[in-house]
Amino acid sequence: MERIPILKMGRFLLVTIQVDMDDRLADTLQNDLTARISQTGARGVLIDISAVDLVDSFIGRMLANVAAMARVLDAETVVVGMRPAVAITLVELGLALPGIRTALDVDRGMKLLRQALGESTSADG
Amino acid sequence: MPENTNLSTLLAQHEGDILTAWLREQASSGARTMRVLGEAEAREQSARLVGAIRVGLASGSADAIDGPGWEQAREVLSTVSRDGAQAGLTPGETALFVLSLKRPLFALLRRQAGNDADALGEDMWRTTMLLDRLAVYTTEVAQRTRDEIIQRQQGEMLELSTPVVKLWEGILALPLIGTLDSRRTQIVMESLLERIVETGADIAIIDITGVPTVDTLVAQHLIKTVNAARLMGTECIISGIRPQIAQTIVHLGVDLQGVVTKATLADAFALALAKSGRTVGSVIR
Amino acid sequence: MAEPEVIPIVAEADVVHVRQVVRARATELRFSLVDQTKLVTAASELARNALNYGGGGRAEIQVVSSGSRRGLRVVFVDEGPGIPNVAEAMRDGFTTGNGLGLGLGGAKRLVNEFEIESAVGKGTRIAITRWA
Repeated sequence: MERIPILKMGRFLLVTIQVDMDDRLADTLQNDLTARISQTGARGVLIDISAVDLVDSFIGRMLANVAAMARVLDAETVVVGMRPAVAITLVELGLALPGIRTALDVDRGMKLLRQALGESTSADG
Repeated sequence: MPENTNLSTLLAQHEGDILTAWLREQASSGARTMRVLGEAEAREQSARLVGAIRVGLASGSADAIDGPGWEQAREVLSTVSRDGAQAGLTPGETALFVLSLKRPLFALLRRQAGNDADALGEDMWRTTMLLDRLAVYTTEVAQRTRDEIIQRQQGEMLELSTPVVKLWEGILALPLIGTLDSRRTQIVMESLLERIVETGADIAIIDITGVPTVDTLVAQHLIKTVNAARLMGTECIISGIRPQIAQTIVHLGVDLQGVVTKATLADAFALALAKSGRTVGSVIR
Repeated sequence: MAEPEVIPIVAEADVVHVRQVVRARATELRFSLVDQTKLVTAASELARNALNYGGGGRAEIQVVSSGSRRGLRVVFVDEGPGIPNVAEAMRDGFTTGNGLGLGLGGAKRLVNEFEIESAVGKGTRIAITRWA
């Protein structure tokens, strides 16, 4: 079955979503991520949605759930690359995405994660 | 007897002649359509239209042209209208293209009528009604296309008239000037968000010093934009709120929802610098 | 008006399919990117509802025109349990108790026109329209 790949980059996990996810795939991703964080002891999760042209309430809740579960497992989550049209629609929908930090791109997202973890910004995490 | 059988049969028998006569009519009457679209294109569309009218008449009714039998005709007319509108033809000129088909059709009816003046009158009446309907349809499509073009151009002009300025690495400013209406605000805000992505801005300053008044809708758009930018990972500061606008905002009960505001663009810039870990210092000479 | 395009909604993949078709039609009508995204997002919410709450149904997509403007109308139909209190369901934050928000209020904000007919035992029919 289709799965979205999760890359390990040092102490962080990176997920790049490039397909139109149906609910089942979104659920699978949520479960996979939680398992990987636990397995690897990762301290940060970066979810790249720069290729995603639609975030509806299900996907929004999935992202919020990932952030919440990551926090329980002592990891921070940053969502990067949200497109303007998606952001505008989410605001109109009234979805606040609580507990999720965001950044414009992967580099900034990494910087944010390192700052959140109190690490120096020159190491590669 | 179904209407227009006479025209229908005649058209089927004399399609080629009608087309030739029509093209000659278009060329000689100096109708702009042929010149603007080019002779080859005008020929092709004319041939398709005559064929489509034949199909439409054969489908039975010519009382209205929105049924499936007239779909082909509507499609040809839409193509001519759109291509024409984009090439600069007015809706009226595209209508004249269709109406110029009357003369060859009437000529044909008259030739075939013999002595029956009443029957000829009926046929000519039905033919003129049909072509009028087709012409009106063409006009509507042409008008719609022109409206779309105008809307798009207006949008482009609005974008150009409110440039987004890069104040420093990672700091953008959007100085708004003039009255904001709901539509302009929306376009400008979307443009700001696009520029934020393009330039990678961590902070965006929306300066409304040059805006005399703000109503609830505009205030709401501003707040939605700030929230959208925040969702994308960029902080916004609104600066230059005049006393009158401050009063309006409080009066209208608009909730700024924790949006940072500063009195002047300069203050906002200083804050933005501070937030990005920079200060302005003097050079010691 | 042209014939509506009917898309059955019986599995999760169909929700994605509805999104893709609505996106394609909106692109053809030259919707702005933001308007497209709003409409497709609303369609996604309502398609999901038809599947999860309505037990499956269909989406009917149609190009509509009014005067010189054109738009897209999407009707979601299901023969599910129906919504007992529509007004309540339209409120933000309403959930059916099994954790699934119906998101109707949100979807309504994303479109220009929103019509809903629903009654217990009679299924649900929701029509949304967005002008280009």
